[in-house]
Amino acid sequence: MSGLAVSATINGDEVEYLCQAEETLLDVLRNRLGLTGAKEGCGTGDCGACSVVLDGKLVCSCLVLGAEVQGATVETIEGMAKGDTLHPLQTKFLEHAALQCGICTPGFLMAAKALLDANPDPTEEEIRFGLAGNLCRCTGYDKIVRAVQAAALEINGG
Amino acid sequence: MRFDATYQDRTYKSVGTRPVRPDGVDKVTGRARYGADFNMPGQLVGRILRSPHAHARIGSIDTARAEALKGVKAVVTADDLPDLSNGDQAHHDLLDNCMARSTAFYDGHAVAAVAAVDARTARQALKLIEVSYEVLPHVVDVDEAMLPSAPVLHDTIFTDGVDPRPTTSSNVAARSEFGHGDVDAGLAAADVIVERSFKTEQTHQGYIEPHACVASVNSDGTAELWVCTQGHFVYRQKCADLLGMDVSKLRVTSSEIGGGFGGKTHVWMEPVALALSRKAGRPVKLVMSREEVFRASGPTSATSIDVIIGARHDGTITAASAELRYSCGPYAELWAELGAMTSFACYDLQNVKTVGYEVLVNRPKTAAYRAPSAPMAAFAVESVVDELAQKLGMDPIAFRIKNAAREGTRSSYGPVYGPIGIRPTLDAAQAHPHMHAPLGPNKGRGMACGFWFNFGGQTCTDLNVNADGTVTLAVGTVDVGGSRASLSLVAAEELGIPYEHVRAVVADTATLGYNDMTDGSRGTFSSSMATISASRNAIEVMRSRAAMMWDIPVEEVIWEDGHAKAIGASYGNLAPLSVREIAEASGKTGGPIAGHSEMVADGAGVSFATHICDVEVDPETGSTRILRYTVIQDAGKAVHPDYVEGQYQGGAAQGIGWALNEEYVYGADGRLQNPGFLDYRIPVCSDLPMIDTQILEIPNPSHPYGVRGVGETSIVPPLAAIANAVSNAVGVRMTHIPMSPPRILAALDARTKG
Ligand code: FES
Ligand code: FES
Repeated sequence: MSGLAVSATINGDEVEYLCQAEETLLDVLRNRLGLTGAKEGCGTGDCGACSVVLDGKLVCSCLVLGAEVQGATVETIEGMAKGDTLHPLQTKFLEHAALQCGICTPGFLMAAKALLDANPDPTEEEIRFGLAGNLCRCTGYDKIVRAVQAAALEINGG
Repeated sequence: MRFDATYQDRTYKSVGTRPVRPDGVDKVTGRARYGADFNMPGQLVGRILRSPHAHARIGSIDTARAEALKGVKAVVTADDLPDLSNGDQAHHDLLDNCMARSTAFYDGHAVAAVAAVDARTARQALKLIEVSYEVLPHVVDVDEAMLPSAPVLHDTIFTDGVDPRPTTSSNVAARSEFGHGDVDAGLAAADVIVERSFKTEQTHQGYIEPHACVASVNSDGTAELWVCTQGHFVYRQKCADLLGMDVSKLRVTSSEIGGGFGGKTHVWMEPVALALSRKAGRPVKLVMSREEVFRASGPTSATSIDVIIGARHDGTITAASAELRYSCGPYAELWAELGAMTSFACYDLQNVKTVGYEVLVNRPKTAAYRAPSAPMAAFAVESVVDELAQKLGMDPIAFRIKNAAREGTRSSYGPVYGPIGIRPTLDAAQAHPHMHAPLGPNKGRGMACGFWFNFGGQTCTDLNVNADGTVTLAVGTVDVGGSRASLSLVAAEELGIPYEHVRAVVADTATLGYNDMTDGSRGTFSSSMATISASRNAIEVMRSRAAMMWDIPVEEVIWEDGHAKAIGASYGNLAPLSVREIAEASGKTGGPIAGHSEMVADGAGVSFATHICDVEVDPETGSTRILRYTVIQDAGKAVHPDYVEGQYQGGAAQGIGWALNEEYVYGADGRLQNPGFLDYRIPVCSDLPMIDTQILEIPNPSHPYGVRGVGETSIVPPLAAIANAVSNAVGVRMTHIPMSPPRILAALDARTKG
């Protein structure tokens, strides 16, 4: 049972790991690297709970193989705050009660950050479609959308 | 505890504010640990083998090849979970659902499980287990299951609640009946009668976190279980019962929970994880896949309901009756009974009767889903109420107001109501601008009311005053959506200290007394009551410590604004003592300061809501868009309004999915066709508008602050409100939920042809 050797940059740190061919990036993050912030809600690309940014693109880490990440750069929820300083999205999610159980939150934050990075001033509709790949069963999305709007305003100096 | 009227006029300092929750930072940084985020040394990976058949007798299970595979540490079957039920049918059924004994009753029923060194080995091992099945005829539809020709799941079931007892076995496990008056006489006195039949399909709670646990059984018989659950004390009791363990030897820690909505009130694979660990002698982690969650946990009942209501021209309802058939999966439950109890709970009726039938089918064991059984009954009843209002030429809200239950009404399920909020929600709806906004073509507006009982139950808390005057609050109700914030607010309110000085945690089963689960909307209601009581007990201790410090009688010490104060002219020079000052001295005045509380939190206080909804139906495709949605609900007193609004919005969104999209689809072979989020489609962000909320506060007389449970009622009206809106938009009465595009097109078609 030989593993595949992979080196990648994860949240700015150089990381090396061995994984089996069928292991997903999500498996590797959670089971081999202890980065359990990304969640497995479905394993089939339908819920977005496992969202991470791979070489600048938002992906479902359950649909990426661990071995594919060789040489790549990965950003996960664990790298979103800079030290003690939360990202404005994280702060606004807290202030707007945009989470109830919170299992979807890491995925939403990664997706919302990718959205605002690409489109700093989205309309409500753009937010709703930008986050349509992430499922939340608790909130009805209302407070999530408002939190993203508030974060956009803050980032834009509003 | 009684409602304290003096609280009504008082200005709350903490309760009613909206601070950030104590577990918030962990949750936005990915540090919060959910069911699958915990590991133990030497842990194995567990996996479960499930029946591919809807109904099959299990001949033999050959595990030899799996056991021989390198890296496999244990294989268990029903033989490893012996039946200790001793005639207790509920216990037997629970065990049988965790691991099938002689018969697999549904597609996905567990038949064996393995623990291996890694996931790959565990998967391989499952393939090496050979099960010989004798496939039996199956039935998945609730109406078909009641036919005399249907295959019978258990030849030991003879409908309970029927006199004389039937002589042949059937799939109807029980009949229940509620009501009062004379329905026939009431119908005879009616000027207008509407009678209709309805169906609702089976839906899943759809929590984003699959069931997950880590079980570790030691050689001395002690064990630990880390698990996502709505009730770790209940899980401890059930697992100990099923495995024949002493309750004290099993310590259960509830992880952060990624949604439950009733689905995490039952044990599913936790006893199997413990059995695997016991056999392997190592910790075992067991996590369901999404497919397993759909096939083998949680769904709510599918239903078939007939309703008849009669009224006079002046709008007075003279009689109402309903017959409700609810699917239960393979084991007898009380879902139809709950439906029968809730059906007409919103109304003040002279003549009312409801009959419920619990129907066994070859589908997964049905679990509670947020106000279980009430949304389907409300769909049927509120649809007929709406149609009746139309026939009478009355405004739907005015018609409901005329017949609404009020204080003193004898409810259709028995009890007489105290002060209740149905009328205020209807008044608020009538006055709401949403009700008066213009509507364009293909658009329709609907409204509906909903009721839920709310539960209280066994509860306890420990409140420890730390040496620096901050407070740790240990509660036993799992926090499913912000209750640690609400309970911290309550402790802060009582003690008179800042919210930031209180830290609430959910204690494990070894460190706090028994608590019922977080279900029945009881979490904040009951634990806040226990927190108030524990706080007041701690205040008593602090008063006596202050008296000791001052060397004056305790009767002359009062508690005000977070301080002990000496009363009486002679003490004028004694400066008040803060919590911190009293706590700092505690080592010299008698040791640590704490307040405890153990209680049955009675008087949860029934809850009512009215929802308004606008839809647009595309006549070409049959697809429906929710344009606007308003929730009006009585909260008694909103402790943390953000999380109250969140409950209103979340329940409405789940109801919208149920009304328009979600359903279990079975093939002719009895296999579930859509066990994934791609084909079982829950609402996404782009499907919904903002969901407006209006919180009413009609104090619950049984709670010191007037708090009522708020978690569940919000899923009760949406099915009906949306069905009424769609029916108004298309001009056809919709009677089958979900109102998916094919069903709407079929209804439009029938209208054109009809
Ligand atoms: S776990 Fe990857 S999309 Fe659901
Ligand atoms: S907060 Fe629970 S799934 Fe989004």
